[in-house]
Amino acid sequence: MKRAIIGALGVAAGGVAVARWLASRRVPAAFEDEATRWLGVTVNRSQDEIMPGGRVPEPLAELDAEVRVNRAPGGRGTELYARPREHVPTGATAVLSRIRGDDPRQAVRVALREAKCVAETGEVLRPDAPIGTTRPTLPGKVLDAALRRAPGEGRL
Amino acid sequence: MKAVCWQGVNELSVEQVPDPEILNDQDAIVKVTASTTCGSDLHLLGGYIPAMRAGDVIGHEFLGEIVEVGPEVSRHRPGDRVVVCSIIGCGRCRPCVDGMWSLCENSNPKPGLTELMWGGSTAGIFGYSHAMGGFRGSHAEYIRVPFADYNAFTVPDGVDDMDALFASDAAPTGWMGADLGGVRPGDVVAVWGCGGVGQMAARAAMLLGAERVIAIDRYPERLAMTARHVGCEVVDYTSTDVNAELRERTGGRGPDVCIEAVGLEAEGTGPQRIYDGIKQRLRLEQDRPIAVREAIHACRKGGSVFVLGVFAGFVDKFPLGALMNKGLTLRGAQQHGQRYIPHLLDLIARGELKTSHLATHTMTLDDGPRGYDMFKRKKDGCVRAVFRPWI
Repeated sequence: MKRAIIGALGVAAGGVAVARWLASRRVPAAFEDEATRWLGVTVNRSQDEIMPGGRVPEPLAELDAEVRVNRAPGGRGTELYARPREHVPTGATAVLSRIRGDDPRQAVRVALREAKCVAETGEVLRPDAPIGTTRPTLPGKVLDAALRRAPGEGRL
Repeated sequence: MKAVCWQGVNELSVEQVPDPEILNDQDAIVKVTASTTCGSDLHLLGGYIPAMRAGDVIGHEFLGEIVEVGPEVSRHRPGDRVVVCSIIGCGRCRPCVDGMWSLCENSNPKPGLTELMWGGSTAGIFGYSHAMGGFRGSHAEYIRVPFADYNAFTVPDGVDDMDALFASDAAPTGWMGADLGGVRPGDVVAVWGCGGVGQMAARAAMLLGAERVIAIDRYPERLAMTARHVGCEVVDYTSTDVNAELRERTGGRGPDVCIEAVGLEAEGTGPQRIYDGIKQRLRLEQDRPIAVREAIHACRKGGSVFVLGVFAGFVDKFPLGALMNKGLTLRGAQQHGQRYIPHLLDLIARGELKTSHLATHTMTLDDGPRGYDMFKRKKDGCVRAVFRPWI
């Protein structure tokens, strides 16, 4: 038991050291772009419907985020963009932030998707209430963790 | 309530789970009266579709009666007999408005996983993993139907449950393959797979004016059923060279439209089967694309190949050279059922589309695991096992 605890602490300490080393490295230009990139969705509504009187739609309005809109080409509605005002982690730090769920872009993605869903359908679709798993397993726990992050991840 | 639940690879059980509730104003609760197995469920059972949790309710092709509606549901009321599309669409995003319902941008509340895997997410799908939204499946006594005005369709009086049931998935999926595959009057169409979807694709091609339709499979009872109920030509791929057979039947050209209705667990024969089987077992490729490869090789120059079978990830030895040099068009999709279901119900009501013969075995929910075992192993000529929770 004692050896197992020492081993686990060793692995954890090694992980922290590697993460700190990665975080201290110079940020490549591509990651710097990531920090300022706009996240966007195309909403099948006019600009006036999405931002009446220039008001930012909920729940985007609750975030500390910059917001802008464009008319989408070809009559495809409106492009709605947002990005966090606060510092956005990059590189390896960003990976850790995303795993922890505190990368500010995750909240922006969720808000963009919800604003689009409300503008197009009138409400945010809720997933079915989870049924307690009948068999807790390690892959199941990893999947649960990934699913908790899924609304804030993806291509936006 | 009672439901058939996924417990792990090739393991199902019947469990008591909480009843569904109205969670959104546009929801309806449907009392399931018939729910059928589908070939794509076998990919879930086999562990090829990621993001399943032990305890998830499976099933996506179903029919029932509306028992409760949310305050914003206007086209349905309790008592309506409805068939529900297996794919959930919101009806108002651009893909839904354009008829590409399986690409709906508002019906999958967990799009992150599939966006990372595929570069874009699908619509939500009933009972088809958390990657597709985590919605509970239809092999249960009740089910919640989101955006009910757009996803539930009233079944016309006079149409039997067993006919209407397959308007949920098999019939619109098959119809989509023929329609978006570009079948035109006078075409020769080949269909790989004589399961429910393949038979519906073959029938759709005939109704869209194809002059000859040739369906391919290995199971004698499925070939016989297709010949009898669909009325097309059939080929047993275990007893002949499919490519040579198709060239011989088409003056050396090959079919104008090739529809693949097999999916990621294609069987095939010879070294290809062994090669893909080993690679898939070792997880060096996710899907076995044997029927897709054959369709691309068989298709006439300038023709069209439509992939209806479900694929999840990466395939090996994909004949891109043949696709490019023969000038083929390749398309695929989860079904855009909402654009076809009203027309299909009309065809069923007029007797022009027969579907009930697909229901070879009818049983209760308690028989769910046994039904899937029969379906998977094609025991007793099983084409589709249909569960009737209230009988």
